[in-house]
Amino acid sequence: MFDIVGKRYWFFLLSALIIIPGIISLAVFGLKPSIDFKSGTSMTLHFSTSVNESQLRSTLADIGYKEAIVQRTGEGDFIVRLSEISTEQNQQLLSGLNTTLDTTTEQKDLSVISPAVASQTARNAVIAVFVAALGILAYITFAFRKMPKPLRWGTCAVAALVHDVLVVTGIFSILGWAAGIEIDAMFITGMLTVVGFSVHDTIVVFDRIRENLSRGGRGNLENVVNSSILQTVTRSLNTSLTVLFVLLALFVLGGATIHNFTLVLIIGIITGTYSSIFSASQLLIVWENREWGRFVSWIPFLRKKKA
Amino acid sequence: MKRDSYFLIFILILVGLALWAILPTDSTRLGRNGFQLGLDLKGGTHLVYQADLSKKDPSQTDEQVMAAVKAKIERRANSYGVTEPLIQISGEKRIVVELPGITDVDAAINIIGQVAQMEIREAHYDSNGNPVLDAEGNTQWFVASALGSDGVTQKELTGKYLKPNAQVVLDQTTNRPQVAFEWNDEGAVLFKAITARNLNKPISIFLDETNIETANVQNEIGAKGVITGLALKDCQNLVIQLNSGSLDVPLTIVQRTDVDATLGSDSLTKSLIAGAIGIGIVIAFMIFYYHLPGVIAATALLIYSALVLAVYKLIPVTLTLPGIAGFIISVGMAVDANVLIFERLKEELRTGRTLHRAVDEGFRRAWPAIRDSNISTFITCAILYWFGSTFGAFMVKGFALTLFLGVAISMFSAVVITRTFISLLIGGGMVKGLSIHEVKKNV
Repeated sequence: MFDIVGKRYWFFLLSALIIIPGIISLAVFGLKPSIDFKSGTSMTLHFSTSVNESQLRSTLADIGYKEAIVQRTGEGDFIVRLSEISTEQNQQLLSGLNTTLDTTTEQKDLSVISPAVASQTARNAVIAVFVAALGILAYITFAFRKMPKPLRWGTCAVAALVHDVLVVTGIFSILGWAAGIEIDAMFITGMLTVVGFSVHDTIVVFDRIRENLSRGGRGNLENVVNSSILQTVTRSLNTSLTVLFVLLALFVLGGATIHNFTLVLIIGIITGTYSSIFSASQLLIVWENREWGRFVSWIPFLRKKKA
Repeated sequence: MKRDSYFLIFILILVGLALWAILPTDSTRLGRNGFQLGLDLKGGTHLVYQADLSKKDPSQTDEQVMAAVKAKIERRANSYGVTEPLIQISGEKRIVVELPGITDVDAAINIIGQVAQMEIREAHYDSNGNPVLDAEGNTQWFVASALGSDGVTQKELTGKYLKPNAQVVLDQTTNRPQVAFEWNDEGAVLFKAITARNLNKPISIFLDETNIETANVQNEIGAKGVITGLALKDCQNLVIQLNSGSLDVPLTIVQRTDVDATLGSDSLTKSLIAGAIGIGIVIAFMIFYYHLPGVIAATALLIYSALVLAVYKLIPVTLTLPGIAGFIISVGMAVDANVLIFERLKEELRTGRTLHRAVDEGFRRAWPAIRDSNISTFITCAILYWFGSTFGAFMVKGFALTLFLGVAISMFSAVVITRTFISLLIGGGMVKGLSIHEVKKNV
C-alpha cells in the first residue's frame, strides 16, 4: 500500500516552499488593490480611429490626468485607470479625447468608486472570509460530534483552508508585482468559493476516516488515515479534474471581466485538492501523536538534509 | 421497482415542466418571457448613491426619508423611460440604482439624483426700495413667503405645494418650449399673495439653489405658472423632477459602473460558449471514465442543467457573468456527487455484494459526504450573499445565489435522478452492460 501518511513532512515542506515566498511577498509588497478597495475610476475606451498607447497617455496628461494608467486589451481597446472623477469630469475627459485625438471615443464600461465605499468593501471582505472560516469550523465540529474530540476535525479542516487561502493570496501577491494583477471584489468571491471547495474536498476524506474508524479501523490511526486517503483519491482527482476542465474553458473563453476570478478558482482548486489529500488529515495525525516536539526538531533536521 | 417507476414519472414530469419553462415563447405567464439578465450581460448603469441624512427633516426617521427617496427615484426612473429599473436601499444611507439599457447615462444620472427643490424667491430691498446687491453686484434673493390659508402661519413657497401635473408646453407666440405648472390650493394662496406684493418687481424660480428664471411680475397670479427660458430637453427633465417631488436629502454618487450593451452581449455569448464546452468536456470525461454509469451521470447532468435554468427563470434569478460562473461550477459539484456514488458503488461491488445491495449501500454511504460537503458550500454561499448585499456588489450576490441553487439541485439530481436511473437499469436487465459491474472481475 502506498504510504502517504509516512511522508507527511515532505508534503508539509512542499506546502512551505509555496507558502513562504508568498508570505514574504505579502509582507513586502502586499496585494495590489483594484479600485474596489482603494477608490478611483476604471474605464474601457474604444476609438474609431487607430490610437496607440503613448498617444493616449500623453493626451490624457495634456487634459489633466498625468497619473492615468493606460493598458491595451487583447481586443484593441484601452483600459484607463485614474483617480475618482465626477460625471462632468468624465464628459470633459471624453470630449477632450475626441478633440485632441480627432476621433470618436466610445466608453465601453466605466466604474467609479469613492473612498467611502472602497474602505468598507475591504473591511467586509476580510470579515466575510473570517466568518466563513468560523461557520465551517462550527459545522464540521457539529458534523463530527459523534467522534472523539470533534473540534480537532474542524480545526484541521480550517487549517487546510488557511493553507489554501495563503497559497492563493501569496501567488496573487507575487502576480501583483510581477504581472500587475489586481485584487478586486471578484477575487474575494473566488476566494470564498475556494474556501467552500477546499472544505468540500476535505470533508469527503474526513468522512471516510470517520467511517473507517467507526468500523473498528484497521490498526492505528495512521493506517486508517492512509487507507482512507487512498480510497478517496480517485474521487478527489476526478472531481477536481472535471471542475478544472470547466474552469479552463471559462478562463480561455469567458472574457476579461471574469479572467482573474477564474484564475483564483483554478489555483484554489488545485491547492484545495492538494491540501485535502496531503495536509488536512495528516494534521489529525500530527495532533493525535502530539508531534509538536518532532516538528520543532525538524528544522535542524532539515539542515542536515536527511530524510 | 414500483417506487422507481413512480420516481421516473415524477422526473419526466419535472423535465417536461423545466423545458416548458426554459423554451422561449411569446407568453409572459410565470415570467417565461426570458432570463433576467444583469447589467454586465445586457449593458446599463449601476449607481450607488449615498444620502446626506444630516440634512433631513428632523421630524422624520432615517427609514422614512430613505423610503421616500427610493419612491421618488423610482418615479423619476420610470418617467424617464428606463425599462425595469432596479432601486434598492442598501445599508442605512445608500441606495443602489440599476438602469438597464439606457444610452444617455449622464442625463439619466442628472434626473435621478437631483434634489430638485424648487423655490420661488423674491429680491431683497433696502428701506429706500432699492435692491440690495452683494459684493459682486448680484441681486440678493430670499425664499418668498406669505400667510397661509389659515391666516396665521407664514409659509415659504416651495415645490412641495406643486401639483404633480407639470408638463412641457409650447409658447403660442414664440413657439419655444416651457414648463407649465400648477400650485395646489395652499400654494395658490401663497403665490397670489407673493405676486400681489411684488407687482412690477422681479421674482425668481430657483431649482436646487440655481436660478433658472427671473421675471417681472406683470399681474397677480394664482394657481398656474410657467417656467420659460429652458431648452426642450431641460424642460422635459424638469417636468420629471417636479412631478416626482423633490428628493428629501441631497445624494452623492459613491459608486458608478457603466457597461456598454455590446460588451454585455459579447460577455454573455462568450460565457455561454464556455459553459457549453465545459459541460461537454465533463460529460465526455464521465462517459470515458465510468462508461454506462457515466452515460447515466451525463443524462442526470443534462436534466440537472435544465432544472437549474428553469429555476433561474421562474424565481427569477438575475443572471450576471459571475452568476453564470457559479452555475458552471455547480455543474462540477453536481458531478462530484455522482463520482462519490460511483466510486462507492465500485467498492461495494468489489466486496462481493450483489448489484442491488451494492447500489443501496453505495448511495447510503456516499450520502454523509455529499451532505456535509454541500452544507459547507451552503455556508460559504450564505456569507457571500450577505457580503454582496451589504455593500451592493450585485455580481457577488448573483454568484452566491446561483451557486447555492446549483448545489441544492445537484443534491436532488444525484440522489433522486441518478439513483432512479441506475435502479431502473438494473431492474430492466441491462446489468450486463453496466461496466462498473466488471470491477469485480478485475480485483
